[in-house]
Amino acid sequence: MVLTPIIFKIILVLCVFGITLLVATYSTYAERKIAAFLQDRIGPDRAGPFGILQPLADAVKMFMKEEMIPTVSNKWLFILGPALALLTACMTGVVIPWGKSLIIGGHEYSLQITDLNIGILYLFGVVSLGVYGIMIGGWASNNKYSLLGGIRASSQMISYEVAMGLSIIALVMTTGTLSLKDIAAAQHGGHWNFFIQPLGCLIFIICAFAETNRAPFDLAECETELIGGYHTEYSSMKLGFFLFAEYINMFISSAVIATFYFGGYNMPFVGRFVHDPNWLAVLGIVFMFAKISFGIFFFMWVRWTIPRFRYDQLMNLGWKVLIPLSILNIVVTGVFMMRHEIMAYFVK
Amino acid sequence: MQALTNRSKVVSKKEMTFVEKLYLPAIFGGLMITVSHFFRKKPTIKYPEQKREIAGVFRGQHVLKRDEIGAERCTACGLCAVACPAEAITMTAAERQPGEEGLYREEKYAAKYEINMLRCIFCGDCEEACPKEAIFLTDRIVQADYKRNIFVYGKDLLVEPKDNPIDLSKRQTPEVKEFKHHTEYQHNQTFDKKQKIKAGGH
Ligand code: SF4
Ligand code: SF4
Repeated sequence: MVLTPIIFKIILVLCVFGITLLVATYSTYAERKIAAFLQDRIGPDRAGPFGILQPLADAVKMFMKEEMIPTVSNKWLFILGPALALLTACMTGVVIPWGKSLIIGGHEYSLQITDLNIGILYLFGVVSLGVYGIMIGGWASNNKYSLLGGIRASSQMISYEVAMGLSIIALVMTTGTLSLKDIAAAQHGGHWNFFIQPLGCLIFIICAFAETNRAPFDLAECETELIGGYHTEYSSMKLGFFLFAEYINMFISSAVIATFYFGGYNMPFVGRFVHDPNWLAVLGIVFMFAKISFGIFFFMWVRWTIPRFRYDQLMNLGWKVLIPLSILNIVVTGVFMMRHEIMAYFVK
Repeated sequence: MQALTNRSKVVSKKEMTFVEKLYLPAIFGGLMITVSHFFRKKPTIKYPEQKREIAGVFRGQHVLKRDEIGAERCTACGLCAVACPAEAITMTAAERQPGEEGLYREEKYAAKYEINMLRCIFCGDCEEACPKEAIFLTDRIVQADYKRNIFVYGKDLLVEPKDNPIDLSKRQTPEVKEFKHHTEYQHNQTFDKKQKIKAGGH
């Protein structure tokens, strides 16, 4: 059978989808293990060796739990919330370049599902949609805590999306493209954007924490104040969907951070030892996932270190610190890029 | 006013310096602290497989001992029930019939003997009160359960099985054994030395 591009794409889509779910599943396990280790505990170790089957046990538990829909809730919206959260979380993976192209039988197969020339915009669009799941869930529950959680989530996302977008503008200025493939390809040989845009990278990472609703910005859940926030009323697998969406978001955020700032699938010096393009592509995937794993670890590491922000602190940080800083970053980047013209203007 | 301890600190609300306001150094410091815990040896004891070393005089689930021919030592005198501060022990006495000498050591025995493990505070007073060296606390842990009535342990659970005597040697420290030898104490008087060593050091 000939590997036509369309079949390859279908396989790739299924692979990415499967891997996303798998990584998210095992992120729950990793989260618990890492939390335990950071707190001098061992963590789950009963299901299978080292507790490796724990996610399966969790999933079974989630499915077996009683399904409850509050009578005062809006039933359709109540179901739509978690579905939307999971859907938008899964949609972001398509523009991420997971590796270089594979060459099979003289044909080149890109390891990116689709190379949108406005990949970054697509990413932002889908990520902004993600908040609807939480908002709808919080609204439909008809419960004041859920509503507060939903409101917090939406205002937090809106605030931090601004800073995130501004920090990306500086990146787009230096790379000159909106396509994730070109951004990743431009960073080969250790020219990672992190070294060009350290401040932008920092702002982006902070905003990514806020966008994924992870501690220290998990004000939407905030179990100590809001009893779980937007998912207070949820039970069974609908709750599972919300939690799952959070882990998928974390995975995708790590992938995006790796692609934008840490070279994506590139690793310096590998090209000197490996010349076969297919092996390079495979190694690229490995490096990509190594970077993503570290990203996910970092997300968890921060979560179990830093306490939650207060709501006003969160807003202060977003509007009064991150946005001015990212604007400053744009200005500095612009000045640096135009330095020859500016010099010529004054030195003339 | 004089401070009670020398540990009190004056709370200072000084302005944060620029470096402190950046937060990042503090966050980095925090991350380093947590990651240093990541590689530490964990103090966890994986319970069912791995048991914690318990003290020699640990006071756990009771046992009603048998004597050297396998007869129950308890004579249903009720002293343990009187001594019990938690009123956990109840019993019904019965008279030994001719021919039951191998079953009960004394002429009177406990037909029913119950300890409510939920009431018991494991103080060990029953053990101390017993004049017949019949009841002892052991290093066994009372099993958890879902229902309350299960915790009322009857003779079936308390009397030691004939073929499987409960080991008390670990729990009976030399000091305890030594104490049991002191025949000047009244409740140690009714026995000769040989039997007491067996009761204490099974
Ligand atoms: S150990 Fe103390 S509380 Fe428990 S039965 Fe004996 S005397 Fe009562
Ligand atoms: S004090 Fe000893 S002999 Fe008396 S009833 Fe209690 S266990 Fe039996």
